[in-house]
Amino acid sequence: MSTEKTRFAKSFLVEIAVYAVLVVVYFFLCLHFLGGWLKHLFDGDRRIYACVALGLMLAQGVALEITTTALLRFIRTRTK
Amino acid sequence: MTFPISGLTVDPLYLIGAGFIIGVLGGFFGVGGSFIAGPALRAVGLPWNFAVGTDLAHIVGKSIVAARKHRALGNVDMKLGLIMAIGTILGAEGGAQCIEVLKRHGNVNTVVSYISIAVYFSISGFMAWEGIRTLRAKRGEKSEPASLGKPKKDETSFSHITRKIQSWHIPPMVSLPASGIESISVWAILLVAIVGGLFSGFLGGGAGYIRMPSMVYALGIPTHLAVGTDLFEIIISASYATFSHSLKGNVDILVALVMHTGAAIGAQIGAVCTQFFHGPKIRLAFVPLPLIGAAIVIYTLITGHKI
Repeated sequence: MSTEKTRFAKSFLVEIAVYAVLVVVYFFLCLHFLGGWLKHLFDGDRRIYACVALGLMLAQGVALEITTTALLRFIRTRTK
Repeated sequence: MTFPISGLTVDPLYLIGAGFIIGVLGGFFGVGGSFIAGPALRAVGLPWNFAVGTDLAHIVGKSIVAARKHRALGNVDMKLGLIMAIGTILGAEGGAQCIEVLKRHGNVNTVVSYISIAVYFSISGFMAWEGIRTLRAKRGEKSEPASLGKPKKDETSFSHITRKIQSWHIPPMVSLPASGIESISVWAILLVAIVGGLFSGFLGGGAGYIRMPSMVYALGIPTHLAVGTDLFEIIISASYATFSHSLKGNVDILVALVMHTGAAIGAQIGAVCTQFFHGPKIRLAFVPLPLIGAAIVIYTLITGHKI
């Protein structure tokens, strides 16, 4: 049981490490490319900003769900 | 780092960390975690109107993850979720309008702070009372296995209220076979949803801490279905609320996107942790959490400083 838990903890640590790298890259790309444009939309046209904001959040929700699930499955398979 | 939309200067690691903790709590306790998210954003100097709107935006992304998992487990009553979404949207719009009125009067931070403190203390008190009561009751009875193919009925100390509400015959009536309810007034469902929506629009988050117990205790929805259906309808209602708050200039979507990256992984870890704990003890473990949120708000209110 404790071996199983150790393996489980290891797989999570690996997942977090991989995920952290992905998030840092994504974050800087997102802020670098979208920051100015979103600020421009926020100041200029709130309706478009609202649509884009919601679209980005929905897209990120689906994308991260797929990414984390795939990562989890991949790493668990590798650690077995 | 400065976020250009709200002008907030904060370390993105703080946002990812806050999102991660909120995600773990969401996955473990089945709540949105707005009682931590709102104060956490407020603590770094984001005005309440931005904290409310931004928190709602990040809830949208987080609910997608959780609702997909619950849907796969058969824990979502789509019919109930769609009816509730209408009521929640109406309530959330009411809450957002209240924020607008307070913004115009210039006292949004003070009023929302006081109300949030009262709500957080009430949640903790109720959860402690309910958890202890259930634990005491459980000591004296043997647990019965759930019957296959039928939704499991939850016996609560509020059963008499549930029966009374289910006996309202105010048309239109609707049947909810997935939740094991033969007939219930649409108005009862809408009332519960509107109250939840008001809290959601006013204090931010999905207000699952109000709506989820209301679904179980007032409408008589089995707990696991209430959690799944609540998450499903939060996607719809929080999306609407995000759109509405964005129009009013209350959403910094960049802050929400960064927070959500932490929340996505936290939610997975929290969901896995539930395998090692169960029952009313989880609810008792939840008790101090809203108090942490209240403590952060009180600190910000008294000192006027950022953390």
